[in-house]
Amino acid sequence: MSRNNSNVSQSFIIEGASCASCVGKIEKALNGVSGVEQVEMNFAQRTVSVDGNVKSQTLIKAVEDIGYGAKPMNSESEQDALDEKAEADTAHYKVLMRNMYMALGLGVPLMLYGLFIGDMSVNTPEQRIVWSIIGLVTLAVMIGSGKHFYTGAWQSFKNHSANMDTLIALGTGTAWAYSMLVLIAPDMLPEVARHVYFEASAMIIGLINLGLAFEVKARGRTSEAIKRLIGLQAKTARVVKDGQEQDIDVELVQLGNHVRVRPGEKIPVDGKVIDGKSSIDESMLTGEPMPVSKDIDDKVVAGSINKTGSLLFEATHVGKDTTLSHIINMVKRAQNSKPSIGRLADVISGYFVPIVMILAVIAGLAWLNFGPQPSIAYAIAAVTTVLIIACPCALGLATPMSVMVGIGKAAEAGILIRNGEALQTASKITTMILDKTGTITQGQPEVTDVVMFNQQNQQQIMPLIASLENGSEHPLAEAIVAYAKEQSYQIEQVSDFDAITGKGVTAMLNGERLLFGNQALMTQFDIDVAPAVDKAQTLASDAKTPMYFAKGNTFCALVAVADPIKSDSIDAIKRLQDKGIHLVMLTGDNEATAKAVAKRVGIDDYIAQVMPQDKVNEVIKRQENGEVVGMTGDGINDAPALAQADVGFAIGTGTDVAIESADVTLMRGSLHGLADALAVSQATITNIKQNLVGAFVYNIAGIPIAAGVLFPFFGILLNPIVAGAAMAMSSLTVVSNANRLRFFKPQDH
Amino acid sequence: MLLINLLGVLLIAAIIWWFWLYKPRQVASNNNQVNIVVNNGVYQPGNIKVSAGEKVKLRFDRQDSAPCAEMVIFPQLDISHELKMGPDNKIALPALEHGEYDFHCQMQMYKGKLIVE
Repeated sequence: MSRNNSNVSQSFIIEGASCASCVGKIEKALNGVSGVEQVEMNFAQRTVSVDGNVKSQTLIKAVEDIGYGAKPMNSESEQDALDEKAEADTAHYKVLMRNMYMALGLGVPLMLYGLFIGDMSVNTPEQRIVWSIIGLVTLAVMIGSGKHFYTGAWQSFKNHSANMDTLIALGTGTAWAYSMLVLIAPDMLPEVARHVYFEASAMIIGLINLGLAFEVKARGRTSEAIKRLIGLQAKTARVVKDGQEQDIDVELVQLGNHVRVRPGEKIPVDGKVIDGKSSIDESMLTGEPMPVSKDIDDKVVAGSINKTGSLLFEATHVGKDTTLSHIINMVKRAQNSKPSIGRLADVISGYFVPIVMILAVIAGLAWLNFGPQPSIAYAIAAVTTVLIIACPCALGLATPMSVMVGIGKAAEAGILIRNGEALQTASKITTMILDKTGTITQGQPEVTDVVMFNQQNQQQIMPLIASLENGSEHPLAEAIVAYAKEQSYQIEQVSDFDAITGKGVTAMLNGERLLFGNQALMTQFDIDVAPAVDKAQTLASDAKTPMYFAKGNTFCALVAVADPIKSDSIDAIKRLQDKGIHLVMLTGDNEATAKAVAKRVGIDDYIAQVMPQDKVNEVIKRQENGEVVGMTGDGINDAPALAQADVGFAIGTGTDVAIESADVTLMRGSLHGLADALAVSQATITNIKQNLVGAFVYNIAGIPIAAGVLFPFFGILLNPIVAGAAMAMSSLTVVSNANRLRFFKPQDH
Repeated sequence: MLLINLLGVLLIAAIIWWFWLYKPRQVASNNNQVNIVVNNGVYQPGNIKVSAGEKVKLRFDRQDSAPCAEMVIFPQLDISHELKMGPDNKIALPALEHGEYDFHCQMQMYKGKLIVE
């Protein structure tokens, strides 16, 4: 899938530029920075805008190097852009409401008059004069309240395209023009057809403005999730320089700055703790409700909240490079991508308006040819109603609105979905392949059992094992060394270290050969482990990996290491199975361990001793059987399998996960995140389907009824005003239905 | 009546010709840089010729506050961009291969096309 290649544009305020010739120098300096694509300096405002993927620090330095100063323009911040947008939305809402009041102010009295008091026919010269004045007032209101529809329609028409404005302009225009014809040349029309429709024009303009106003409000709510994420960004940071603490704008924090955060404050930029201890609430980013404790050398991320202690950390990622910025960008991009389910609606809405215009002409001709008298009046009503009731907007909005809310909702729970297509495919997954290590289990093995044989002493033997394993890079070795350090055992230097692939390790220490590994290693060196075999089998059936240790020719100890299952894996797996998803567990471990873990968590289908490269083949095999395959792994070792799967889920621990690595990134280590991701995908796709069905049914049923197909059978012909109200409601209904997704609760555990 | 029916059929033919069959005027870009005004339901210019194999720089000047205008999407390129009010909306596209690339708002009411030659 191609990525967003559009470049970043950054703006800076230039200091010290006093002459126009400075412009050339600054532009030249910035153009010389590798990665810069375009520089535009505005000398009057002392600002410069730079396009290209370059860090702001680099650009500032380039300007400083030639003797000027530069600082990033704060007005470019996301928060400001949001505020600006909210302001623009409010202003637009007010304009729409004013338009609505003006149009309904005329339309409602006229409509009530027509319904209850008088007849809107023109038969006498006095009526002609009065209605002519009302006609001109209507024209003024149509222009005053609906100018944007008419200019929009005209501009589109000139460009050979047609949109909703076209329909509204044609519909209201037809009603008004016919009414004026009645007034100007009544003799051209039969007496019964001398009827005016000014109330329809005014009402339709008013109702559609009202619908648009509601839509502006409702749309604002669909982007709540992204607003919340942007709101997590701190505005200032307390930087420590020469022992002095100083509050500066967060945009000005540079790499390597030392930043202080007190309890209750937001972490302003990403960094590494250099002093202090605290617990940090990362729930807004990861969905993980438990605070994470942080100590020296631990990473902290912008947007999380420092809970208990004061921390000093060194900035490692600032500005647009922080994890939070990446998350915001990814969510924004994803929210605007469309799943293929919406494609048909897109194709249709592209042809929709001209088709409706043609249908309106056909309806008009049908009434003129076959309709009862006054057929011209019926024809005009039918044409207006057909034009007004059709709503391409509802079709066009059905998908993007739901995607926007659904992807935002997922982000709130620490689930980052790359795009609409991934969302759609995730909702259809039939088989989910889970990598065992790090996904079902914690991925950090620990020593669980130590059993001595042949009268050996644990205090003497364990340091030997640790010394031997210290040279090994095997993950299980790390567990042994960690255990030894915990017990404060002395680790010694061994010689002649040798790793025997698939068996274990050997080395010499104090003139004696040490062996540590599986039964095969012991057999190779003719060491008798008979007394330990039963115990080893028991351990293996308990999902532990037993290893044998021998010194010289004497078998001494059996050490078991296990990777503990995450506390909530069993529940989460049950949730996935309840959705009817077939689960497969893959692991590089031996058969006994794999079987034991699978049994414990309730997975029947597992494959042991899978080499990393074979994981891809396993995905392909299932896909060839017609399954829609999801693959969940840590995103690093499993990258090829994640890419091959229909949807790849990278599961991370906390914020320390590469968010660009998969279709879906689960920021939280828990498998519940996976179940949540599938739940939110399904809910979103269901919501899109509801919207699409609603919009299709509305248009497919609405247009024929508006054209009058029910008239010959039931005598029903829609009033154009009803059509106007229905049109205004239809897109509002779509947006509101999408908003319902906001109440979706992903975690039912 | 015959005349009216004939007029109706002609009107339908005119709609089909005007909206579907007519090939709109294409505007050549200057050095693959284009300023596009977003207003009154249209992108102006809407049909833009650019050269293949070179980066394309678009600057959208959004003058229309209707929510429709707030997003521009390039479906074939998987790019979408939120447009702020005013002229300061720059989108840099990668070098494109020959072909036609649509861009439109979320509802496809605003429509435009890049013709890459």
